[in-house]
Amino acid sequence: MNVVRLVWTGWLFHIKTLSLSGFFVLTAVFMPVVVATVAFYMFEAGGRPGTLFWAALGAAVYGIWSSTLFGSGGAIQWQRWQGTLEILVAAPAPFFLVVLPLTLATSTIGIYSLCATLLWGRIAFGIPFTLAHPLEFAVAVPVTILGLGLLGMVFAATFVLYRHANALSNMLEWPVLLVTGLLVPLSLLPGWVLPISWAFAPTWGMRALRDAALGGNPWPEIAITLLLGAVYVGIAAAFLRYFERAARKHATLSLT
Amino acid sequence: MIGWLRLFFVGGLIAFRALFNWISPALYIPTMLLGPIFQILLFAYMGRYSGLEDDTFFVVGNAVQISCMSAIYAGTMTIANERSYQTLAPLLASPANRFALFMGRSLPVLVNGLVVSAWGFCIGWWLLDFDPPASSLPALAFVVAVSVSAATAFGLTLGSIGMRARDVFLISNLAYYLFWVFCGVNVPLDELPGWAQQIGRMLPLTHGIEAARAVVAGGSLSDVSTLVRTEALVGLSYAALAYALFRFFERQGRRSAALETY
Repeated sequence: MNVVRLVWTGWLFHIKTLSLSGFFVLTAVFMPVVVATVAFYMFEAGGRPGTLFWAALGAAVYGIWSSTLFGSGGAIQWQRWQGTLEILVAAPAPFFLVVLPLTLATSTIGIYSLCATLLWGRIAFGIPFTLAHPLEFAVAVPVTILGLGLLGMVFAATFVLYRHANALSNMLEWPVLLVTGLLVPLSLLPGWVLPISWAFAPTWGMRALRDAALGGNPWPEIAITLLLGAVYVGIAAAFLRYFERAARKHATLSLT
Repeated sequence: MIGWLRLFFVGGLIAFRALFNWISPALYIPTMLLGPIFQILLFAYMGRYSGLEDDTFFVVGNAVQISCMSAIYAGTMTIANERSYQTLAPLLASPANRFALFMGRSLPVLVNGLVVSAWGFCIGWWLLDFDPPASSLPALAFVVAVSVSAATAFGLTLGSIGMRARDVFLISNLAYYLFWVFCGVNVPLDELPGWAQQIGRMLPLTHGIEAARAVVAGGSLSDVSTLVRTEALVGLSYAALAYALFRFFERQGRRSAALETY
């Protein structure tokens, strides 16, 4: 019960805090809209207008990913800057349960991206928002957000030891966008990329959303996204325990 | 004159090293070198999928555009961080020549932008189907240098705004990504609506990217002289605006004792 309360309270607190950050919200809304705009023009001018809704969904998930990654990079760094990292580590609550709500909150903020991108596509490019399976889509959205948030948790855990976590998170934005097939079908990429893409929740979350929206059976992808999320929890918990101990041992927790 | 040159070159370099936050390898490599690789790959593959243009189109567009990583962010930081680090007041209290002090900061930013852009071209050549004729390289280098100079002037304009604006890095981020849409980086300019084309023509890089593509396609420097001149003119206009804003905000900040307030 305490765990649920801690995660829920932390999630709500971070949602409120992040929603008040003009920088964060604008980044979450603006960047995917720009990426979507470029994608729409490219697909339209390239003679693939039928792929616009496909691209809109990809740009929307990119927005969630971007927001998650920005938040994961910042999860440790912001606490360092504010001088609260040591206090949080010293608190009796497991540090994992302190960081988890933050990464979940950052991916939840990605809902702004999802709405903004789909709305922008509808208003500016007349892309119809017609869902083949609305119920499955309604399930796939939170599952994708959860999957991305937990992947963000893995990154946040590894960032404990890294002084310039933000730079690393900035760098990771494009590779993941590329290898998870958000805007480019994976079949176009070299064959060795495919197994890499399977390890990322955005790949499966994206497939689930596209199947739900464009037609198909999204349930297997939804299940895989949840399964990957569970694996991420295990990895993040182990990483966080190890890196937290190492940072405490070497007195590098508060390094900026 | 020696003092002026020293302020321009040495002062500019010291300011760059002190104020450009991303200069340490741990930040520079992931941000300025590794990230852009995937930007170029992503848009080249999107181009292949959409059937819009070939790899060369996207390599040239993005390799020139990634110079903005330096032009915009380093340009902004080398001016605006004086205020963040609270060194602006002592700096402006000094009798240093303002023109040398301000413009000296552009040179390291410009050189850095050229390095990043050259890196982008190398990546395109190495990983994608981009193989420009060797004879086009000197002209390409010249066009890219003019484009990066213009973008640097734009970055310094943002830096000057940072002497007054509360959150200039938000503006920098917006500007960086808007270049994708308006400057013909990934979408040919004539595919955009008329108003967007007009905005693009007022921004740096637009004419430079067009000229660079023409040069890579086999055009000579004289074939693209109008585009290069226009790009240079856009850059000079932004440089003049940047300096005017710098002096304006300096005077305003001194008068209202608000140099370092937020």
